[in-house]
Amino acid sequence: MATDKYYVPESSPWPLAASVGLFMTAFGGAHFIQQSTDPDKFQGSWGMPLFFIGLATLLFIIAIWWRDTIKESVGGLHSKQLGISYRQGMLWFIFSEVMFFGAFFGALFYTRWLIVPWLGGAGNNAMTHELLWPNFQAMWPLIQTPDGTTTQAMGAWGLPAINTAILLTSSITLTIAHHALLEGKRGKLIGFQAVTVLLGMIFLSLQVEEYIHAYTEMGLTLHAGIYGSLFFLLTGFHGAHVTIGTIFLFVTLMRVIKGHFDAENNFAWEAGAWYWHFVDVVWLFLFVVVYWL
Amino acid sequence: MSTAATAHDDHHHHAPTGLKRWLFSTNHKDIGTLYLWFSFAMFMLGGLLAMVIRTELLEPGMQFVDPEFFNQLTTVHGLAMVFGAVMPGFVGLANWMIPLMIGAPDMALPRMNNWSFWILPFAFLILMSSMFMSAFGAGHPSAPNFGWTFYAPLSTEYGPASTDLFILSVHMMGISSIMGAINVIVTVFNLRAPGMTLMKMPLFVWTWLITAFLLIAVMPVLAGAVTMMLTDRHFGTSFFSAAGGGDPVLFQHVFWFFGHPEVYIMILPAFGIVSAIIPTFARKQLFGYASMVYATASIALLSFVVWAHHMFTVGMPLAGTLFFMYMTMLISVPTGVKVFNWVATMWRGSLTFELPMKWAIAFVILFTCGGLSGLMLAITPVDFQYHDTYFVVAHFHYVLVSGAVFTMFAAAYYWLPKWSGVMPNKLLGELHFWSSLISVNLLFFPMHFVGLAGMPRRYADYALQFADYNFWISIGGFWFGLSQLLFLAVCVLCALKKGEKAPAKPWEGAEGLEWEVPSPAPFHTFETPPVVK
Repeated sequence: MATDKYYVPESSPWPLAASVGLFMTAFGGAHFIQQSTDPDKFQGSWGMPLFFIGLATLLFIIAIWWRDTIKESVGGLHSKQLGISYRQGMLWFIFSEVMFFGAFFGALFYTRWLIVPWLGGAGNNAMTHELLWPNFQAMWPLIQTPDGTTTQAMGAWGLPAINTAILLTSSITLTIAHHALLEGKRGKLIGFQAVTVLLGMIFLSLQVEEYIHAYTEMGLTLHAGIYGSLFFLLTGFHGAHVTIGTIFLFVTLMRVIKGHFDAENNFAWEAGAWYWHFVDVVWLFLFVVVYWL
Repeated sequence: MSTAATAHDDHHHHAPTGLKRWLFSTNHKDIGTLYLWFSFAMFMLGGLLAMVIRTELLEPGMQFVDPEFFNQLTTVHGLAMVFGAVMPGFVGLANWMIPLMIGAPDMALPRMNNWSFWILPFAFLILMSSMFMSAFGAGHPSAPNFGWTFYAPLSTEYGPASTDLFILSVHMMGISSIMGAINVIVTVFNLRAPGMTLMKMPLFVWTWLITAFLLIAVMPVLAGAVTMMLTDRHFGTSFFSAAGGGDPVLFQHVFWFFGHPEVYIMILPAFGIVSAIIPTFARKQLFGYASMVYATASIALLSFVVWAHHMFTVGMPLAGTLFFMYMTMLISVPTGVKVFNWVATMWRGSLTFELPMKWAIAFVILFTCGGLSGLMLAITPVDFQYHDTYFVVAHFHYVLVSGAVFTMFAAAYYWLPKWSGVMPNKLLGELHFWSSLISVNLLFFPMHFVGLAGMPRRYADYALQFADYNFWISIGGFWFGLSQLLFLAVCVLCALKKGEKAPAKPWEGAEGLEWEVPSPAPFHTFETPPVVK
């Protein structure tokens, strides 16, 4: 049921409240990081509680904010035009996420193709090499840094390959669920979406497994020079996005069970699906340029 | 701007009153007003910091602040002006004007709109708290002191403790900007009145659409840059440390990949404003509307491939340097198209010189001046001489102050009748204009000379031969700063409804949907979309 007019909501306290939550998260977070990573220089321990109180506030406010939105949607206040606004908004949000990953991919390419060769004396940098670290050998993955830290490189064909298969499979199961949603086949939809969520959780646990292996057995850590830095920030932010995507799909699964979606009215469901496919595509790039090549 | 607005409101829900109206708003006009006041407050605060800088530089030698605090002043001045004054100022104008110009009932996502705004004061609370602590707190812990460009390793290895607060506040500003930009794009694509085709949109809407695209594209890259800073500072990563296989120059690449489009984020909406005002007071159609749209899009696309012209002196390979030099010079083509079109619009027009027009013409001349010095800076071998001198400071203040900020004044004088329902005070407005025009040139023009003569930027002291110019630069600075109090008075009078009552269309030659609603614009407009022929 759609209305003629564009839906402009009544005034709402949630944006301001969410800003307060975000403020506490950021202000507390900065101190939490300082106090936990450098306790000699930064005394005190109030950063951590403030950070978690802020984060809880933020998540709680967003939850009730979106609960209001869901009520409006189920109550038929949303016009078709508003649905288009939501969809376009989600696509632009995903574009911003692409650019966020772009910063780290850009850093990876710049490091690999320019910094490391230059440190090894390529181009007109013979004297840089000679004067700074004459024993440094340019290579990729960079398993020995100029200052001598060593690590092992993460291969592509163990867990990462399995994880690639898992994410690709999850995209297929999600697409089957999508078709089931559009055809109104509820059982099939719930089944395949549940499998997708499960695959997301398996991916994440394997990723944790891989990190433990890297830290305890390979010497591949955040401290292991630029290779470790890029490896963990790229895969780490991807993992964070898989976590968000899994929660997103779990929430829309619950809403499917409550009967919120049909072939016409399904913005949140499709937004979750787009997000999942985006995360999947990022992984494919990661697999090729971080693990494989 | 409350009472008159509520009188008009007989629609489906009534305008809220009191504090709740502002805190919980979902109304694009109220949120626009909040943005504009916030922007003006940050402009005054950033200006205050600049005046402390100019006080120290009034005479050679060390007088009032120590060099360490001077670094904090330049840093926070830049951050406050870029992220606090200019960007939110244009977002405020977008909020107010875009729905009115395209016949939309509001912004597409009104609650998110309010969230975009309310994140900002908190972000600046975090950033500014370190400045206040530095000035007044026990032990004077340093505020960010590495310049607004926060180059590594100044901001990583050598950054003060407040750097982490700075990083988190930049994250918040980024979230705010991205949500604001998504809102603008969705509003423009999805909420235009029937008949308002893309190529009929006012140029302000077009320039903001393209600006919003730039924001969504580059704010996440800035987030990436500060995230790498944070992990380098606290989690042992080596992005910007050559010993670990990284490179401090990598920071500059990531930063300027954000930073150069950012420069256009701060000027494209200004182009849109001038393109609205000049036709009004020339009583002619804008010359070359379509070419304006294409020129804006070209500038935006080129902005992604010119970033390293900020880094000519870091030692890039020659091929890279040449590429960025030529790409940068190419930008002068679409920009030249724009300046030509503004002048051609005025050619044989029935010109009158009301306040908005005065500011707009001043913009065209002074912005062109800043553009030409930019062209000089684009030439690599010449830039080796100019880099990090006051010539650069003169260049970007010409395009940002007498460029972007002047158009915001133009916009305010042009649309204040629509916002407040009263005409801005003419006498104060004239004083504000002439006083600002003369002082801004006294302030920034001599910087070209001292820069060419070799005076470096970001120092608390200078060699004796620069003393005379610097004295007059400082006088210009205080004069320009104080002149803005006149603008404050104009705005306060309008907000209090003191002044001549404004008709729906106070400017004879004005065109556009915003002039078809009463002044002040009622709380809700275009609840059923108008039809555009």
